[in-house]
Amino acid sequence: MLWPLLDQMNPDASTLSLASTEVDIAPIEEGQAITVMWRGKPIFIRHRTAKEIEEAKDVKLDKLIDPLARNANLPDDAPATDANRAASEREPWLVMIGICTHLGCIPKGQAVGDYKGEFGGWFCPCHGSQYDTAGRIRIGPAPQNMYIPPYAFSSDTKIKIG
Amino acid sequence: MSHPSTYQPASGIEKWLDTRLPFPRVMHDQFLVFPTPRNLNYWWTFGGILTFMLAVQMATGIVLAMHYVPTPEGAFDSVEKIMRDVNWGWLLRYGHAVGASMFFLAVYIHSFRGLYYGSYKAPREVLWILGVVILLLMIATAFMGYSLVWGQMSFWAVTVITNLFSSLDSLIPGLGTTLVEWIWGGFSVGGPTLNRLYALHYLFPFVIAGVVILHIWALHVPGNNNPTGVDVKTAKDTIPFHPYYTIKDGFALVLFLLLFAVLLFYAPNLLGHADNYIPANPLQTPPHIVPEWYFLPFYAILRAIPNKLFGVIGLLGSIGVLVFIPWLDTSRIRSTSYRPIYKWFFWLFVITCLGLGYLGSQAPEGWYLFFGRLATFYYFAFFLLIMPIVGLIERPKKLPGSITQSVLGSEPPPVSSEPVREGVAPWHAFPVAALLALASVSLLLPAAALAEEAANGHGPVIKAQEWSFAPPFGSFDQAQLQRGYRVYKEICANCHSMRLLSYRNLAEPGGPHFSPKAVETLAAQAQVTDGPDDKGQMFHRPGRASDAFRSPFANDQAARAANSGALPPDLSVIAKARPGGPDFLYALLTGYQQPPAGFDLTQGMHYNAAFPGHQIAMPNPLVDGAVPYTDGTKPTVDNYAKDVTAFLMWSAEPKLEERHKIGARVMIFLLVFAVIMYFAKRAVWARLHRHDHEAHTA
Repeated sequence: MLWPLLDQMNPDASTLSLASTEVDIAPIEEGQAITVMWRGKPIFIRHRTAKEIEEAKDVKLDKLIDPLARNANLPDDAPATDANRAASEREPWLVMIGICTHLGCIPKGQAVGDYKGEFGGWFCPCHGSQYDTAGRIRIGPAPQNMYIPPYAFSSDTKIKIG
Repeated sequence: MSHPSTYQPASGIEKWLDTRLPFPRVMHDQFLVFPTPRNLNYWWTFGGILTFMLAVQMATGIVLAMHYVPTPEGAFDSVEKIMRDVNWGWLLRYGHAVGASMFFLAVYIHSFRGLYYGSYKAPREVLWILGVVILLLMIATAFMGYSLVWGQMSFWAVTVITNLFSSLDSLIPGLGTTLVEWIWGGFSVGGPTLNRLYALHYLFPFVIAGVVILHIWALHVPGNNNPTGVDVKTAKDTIPFHPYYTIKDGFALVLFLLLFAVLLFYAPNLLGHADNYIPANPLQTPPHIVPEWYFLPFYAILRAIPNKLFGVIGLLGSIGVLVFIPWLDTSRIRSTSYRPIYKWFFWLFVITCLGLGYLGSQAPEGWYLFFGRLATFYYFAFFLLIMPIVGLIERPKKLPGSITQSVLGSEPPPVSSEPVREGVAPWHAFPVAALLALASVSLLLPAAALAEEAANGHGPVIKAQEWSFAPPFGSFDQAQLQRGYRVYKEICANCHSMRLLSYRNLAEPGGPHFSPKAVETLAAQAQVTDGPDDKGQMFHRPGRASDAFRSPFANDQAARAANSGALPPDLSVIAKARPGGPDFLYALLTGYQQPPAGFDLTQGMHYNAAFPGHQIAMPNPLVDGAVPYTDGTKPTVDNYAKDVTAFLMWSAEPKLEERHKIGARVMIFLLVFAVIMYFAKRAVWARLHRHDHEAHTA
């Protein structure tokens, strides 16, 4: 009898239906990033430079705070290698939910002039969590890498998220 | 305290009611003749003050709810509309916002009083626990109320605090996320979240009122504790609540209202954050997220603990532990005044709580983090180690034989020669001193923080300017506002909207006060898109007085595209939305310089000494002579900056003059009232003293 009174607070039908978004990534040049909205959350899409990819690949897995890829397109226990974080077969592209896994703030690092932290990725202004160029937590109170949403390339220049 | 009823129904109606619902009897027995210890000091007046503040918050809140719109699109603007258009709206809204701070100030003093005098000890455990429940409900209510403004700080406070529950994911994967999405009603903080917080914010005060009634009930069974902690022994130890404590509480309330009025009329935004005058933006987190001052100690505890789940447990535990102190305290006596060892630990605890408040406002790094952890450790050690241990090993000072003896000293002739009056009389002067001290500290802290930030070299130096509208007596210079409007219209309006301002506002007293005819002319200079007409077409027409100051761009994207990616912010409340306010705006407008050698300026950006980070997208807007002045004022950049800043200050606070004027009257009234209450209180208590004297000499 109590269930309807509690369940009404869960996301409603219209909220659930906002499931997918399509993004044109043709205008994003190397070294740039854009932010789009999906389910009311910011999605970071970064076109990484060769140097950034190299830095992310060089990191040994045992140096990571969170060893899991947190990639919705892979099994839950996939390790957090750069290949498992980046788009499959399209290494320069990193697509992830731009929300710090500590307390939900939006990290800095998308705009050109932003401070990106010691690892050149993202820096959360709330409690100082720092992420590397593969969006993995390296320093700070955040417990997990930033999440990667379910997405797929529908063409060479279009991504469908959700 | 249970005592035989002395109520005598006087009239027929009272007799009739007395056998059906004896409400007048309850009021008579519990609030008029209620036997109250004769030695309660001014720290005991905060219970009455709190009841009054709850009533203020409920009354102002209910009327604010009649104008507030709980949607993400409407919330921020409806709050501003209340401040601008609703009759007395500025007074109601600032009263409610400052009232929340005053409510917490009073509840903290009330709680520390209970802690100092051992008011939680048997037989008052239930009374104390109900108090902790009220505190918890107040914290929840204040948090939800703060979210309703839907400014940047509101939005991110909701995000961070609701995300605390996601820490449960580390216990059972998925539990935290499920719970958080249930609280949000979506996948992020949004419209459904705001709407439910509003519904609960309206409900909770009534729950608080209910628990307050239980709290008073639980007080009236054992009766009041008192500064000696000694139980009431004979009827001589007590006096009737009325008139002795009604007058004493009343006097204290007026002093409390004086502080309330100073903040309300002269510094309503002092305890708030400039960021909360920026509408909520789910895509941008402000650089420093800080809760309201009354949550800072708890926030410091959260951040002192490096693990997410344990941080949350520490936060909840810091309040939860209060429930258990009736049993954690092993002392045989109540009052800290008679506890020579515990006393030191108690005051160190008070300092720790204040220290945690300061640390909560600072970034959690370096020494701040170290002291945060130290203070957090002491906070819990005080309750869990010191209270049980000190109570067992301490030998308390000799207690007075009775309350009467503690007040009169010589009656009955003391067996021991130990003076027992000590520690009671000096308390009388305390509330005034304490309130004034708190007021001055709260006024000085932000100034000190700003000065420190500037001295550290982190923030740019913002010099304070002399403004005609400075509190407490300041008013706007009408000619300056008119010039400022011209500067806005000729220069700023090319990129910046002021959507909360309409042309009609330009005619208002306390503002530029243009004539209605002039306003018509000014409005008609604008071209406004209206429609659709009866053929479904949009059309252009000249502006009317009721039109708002619209953006020159069709939408935000067009504005960004025309300004190398930067969005020119709306200027309606900009003077309140930046730390430093008008001083900052003036410094910004006059702060364009050549970048110092070695400064790495990004393409398309401009160097500004006052702007945080020194890189600003807006090019220098002001040059000498760009706007002609007709009233003889020199058309210089310095004058333009001053005038347009004054204009922006007026647009952010259009009721500032009215606020200062009414404030002056309220202050005079309260000061006179305080003097009258002081003498009334003395006159009433003189009766008791005369009576004591007669009894003594007889």
